[in-house]
Amino acid sequence: MDPFTTLTAIAAPLPVANVDTDKIIPARFLKTIKRTGLGVHLFDTLRYDADGRERPDFVLNQEPYRQAQILIAHENFGCGSSREHAPWALLDFGIRCVIAPDFADIFHNNTFKNGILPIRLPRAVCDQLIADAALGENARLTIDLERQVVVRPNGEEVRFEIDPFRKHLLLNGLDDIGQTLQHAPAIDGYEARQRQEKPWQPAIAI
Amino acid sequence: MAEKAPRTLFDKVWDSHVVERLPDGTCVLYIDRHLVHEVTSPQAFEGLRAAGRRVRRPDATLAVADHNIPTSDRRQGIAEEESRIQVETLEANVADFGVPYIPVLDVRQGIVHIIGPELGASLPGMTIVCGDSHTSTHGAVGALAFGIGTSEVEHVLATQTLLQKPAKNMFVRVDGTLPPGCTAKDIVLAIIGRISTAGGTGHVIEYGGEAIRALDMAGRMTVCNMTIEAGARAGMIAPDEKTFDYVRGREFAPQGAAFDQAVAYWRTLPSDPGAQYDKTVTLNAADIAPMVTWGTNPEAVVPITGTVPDPDDEPDEARRARLRRMVDYMGLTPGQKVSDLNVDVVFIGSCTNGRIEDIRAVAKVAQGRHVAPGVRALIVPGSGLVKQQAEAEGLDRIVLAAGFEWREPGCSMCLGMNPDQLTPGQRCASTSNRNFEGRQGPGGRTHLVSPAMAAAAAVTGHLTDVRELL
Repeated sequence: MDPFTTLTAIAAPLPVANVDTDKIIPARFLKTIKRTGLGVHLFDTLRYDADGRERPDFVLNQEPYRQAQILIAHENFGCGSSREHAPWALLDFGIRCVIAPDFADIFHNNTFKNGILPIRLPRAVCDQLIADAALGENARLTIDLERQVVVRPNGEEVRFEIDPFRKHLLLNGLDDIGQTLQHAPAIDGYEARQRQEKPWQPAIAI
Repeated sequence: MAEKAPRTLFDKVWDSHVVERLPDGTCVLYIDRHLVHEVTSPQAFEGLRAAGRRVRRPDATLAVADHNIPTSDRRQGIAEEESRIQVETLEANVADFGVPYIPVLDVRQGIVHIIGPELGASLPGMTIVCGDSHTSTHGAVGALAFGIGTSEVEHVLATQTLLQKPAKNMFVRVDGTLPPGCTAKDIVLAIIGRISTAGGTGHVIEYGGEAIRALDMAGRMTVCNMTIEAGARAGMIAPDEKTFDYVRGREFAPQGAAFDQAVAYWRTLPSDPGAQYDKTVTLNAADIAPMVTWGTNPEAVVPITGTVPDPDDEPDEARRARLRRMVDYMGLTPGQKVSDLNVDVVFIGSCTNGRIEDIRAVAKVAQGRHVAPGVRALIVPGSGLVKQQAEAEGLDRIVLAAGFEWREPGCSMCLGMNPDQLTPGQRCASTSNRNFEGRQGPGGRTHLVSPAMAAAAAVTGHLTDVRELL
């Protein structure tokens, strides 16, 4: 996983609430056995018409937002299915940061596992950033994860909160399986206790 | 001291699975049961392979293919190439890593959230995960069950744990008695209509109250299943005698003396008197009517006697735009009675409503009636065992005589990863869980309803108050 430290990039405005994971990547594209290659289908039904032509009014079909690495949206972003194909599609398109008033829980977890930073900011602040993003070429925002600030085009800094453990993993691009395996002796001990305390717990065998 | 404080069902299951608490409050949480399907696991097994890791507890893991498989005769194999590759990849992975797997042609095959409880693989007090948001279903037996992404699937395969912080506690109490013609589906749609699709975010919802206790296990599973549509990753219902009777004798459940030992432990799980919840919501079952969604998320719901709302009545601009888009997408007119909406397709099945009790409810409405001209009505049992049971009761003959299609088990038209899909503009009464744009096929229009309501729509050709047919 690529570390996330600072990012200065074009931000795309998507002032829509309840963007569900079916909208981010429809189920018909979940048949892949890879993590990559989904970017072309990101927001497929919003981005393309029934004949597969780009819809010119959709933000990611417009310059400079085709190069966007930051997305700003409204409430409950990522609701619905647990499909990690949603963050994979965002990442494959180039998005490294999503800013919204709040996120659905499973999607929120999934972004961190892929080096995407989800930032929660109040709706009014999101609307300010969406107005900034409408400045086109001048819509560059800077995200500084270490200092936990979003820097607006006018230089103003907006602070955001993030779980310290997740911040540490993101800054260093750490694989959390590696982190957990440091606790292997504790897991062994837990399993041994469970075999004593819940001997009735059945094993599965087909 | 903290040990003595009254605890909720969630607190108890959580506490008993904490392997280690890290200084910032993140917990290494032990996972008792890991259910695996073909869509969200290939990249996880690939990750294990790349890192030279093994599956830590194959005996705590159960795999099945459900999303991609055709619901017509599957002895012919899967025609669609990508779907076939995904199922073959699962079969290769379970063989390589020694994971127990239910083959596609085994009678126990079915939707992962149907077969977990059905086979006794999902038990009270367990932590249960699956790379699928509807894992919340298994909370109906008193487990802590939630959906995870593929990276977490890999994490559980490798470590049998997850790194998690505890959720907040929310209690949804449904008092009183449900009126005739109303079901668990109507309860949960009414709850989502009340608290919204994000109302449960960050929480685990415990359901209680007289109307919840009165539900059979299938109904409890329907309620817990749709918890994720209210934003909460897990829903739970305290185990009681109904739960124990349900679990007893199932294939992977403890047997004999071990079962009695287990029950003694399971009896300690219900929330203590005085346990604190961060949020409590109360509904009266007597106020609930058969529900139907009119829009493109599950909170856009009205009683069947209701009308399509007028976006212009909404003062908030962003909300007004959202409602307008829903009305347009769904091809509706503000103020129109929902019972005037004709349907093209009826889908009965899914992890929400694919159990034997659901099929019995459909057969009751279908008996002596016929699917309306021009309507296609599919019944997709949730598992091979559900199908077998229905056929033993003669339900297949009733619904076939009434003009319904009787299919093989799978996820089917709930999300249209197999050939069962809506075509653009088709209107569907569906017993599934999501009415998002394009969920059942690009351009498809979904109205979520109970099985009895779906059957009523099938025989009349329009969304119908099932109480008129009972």
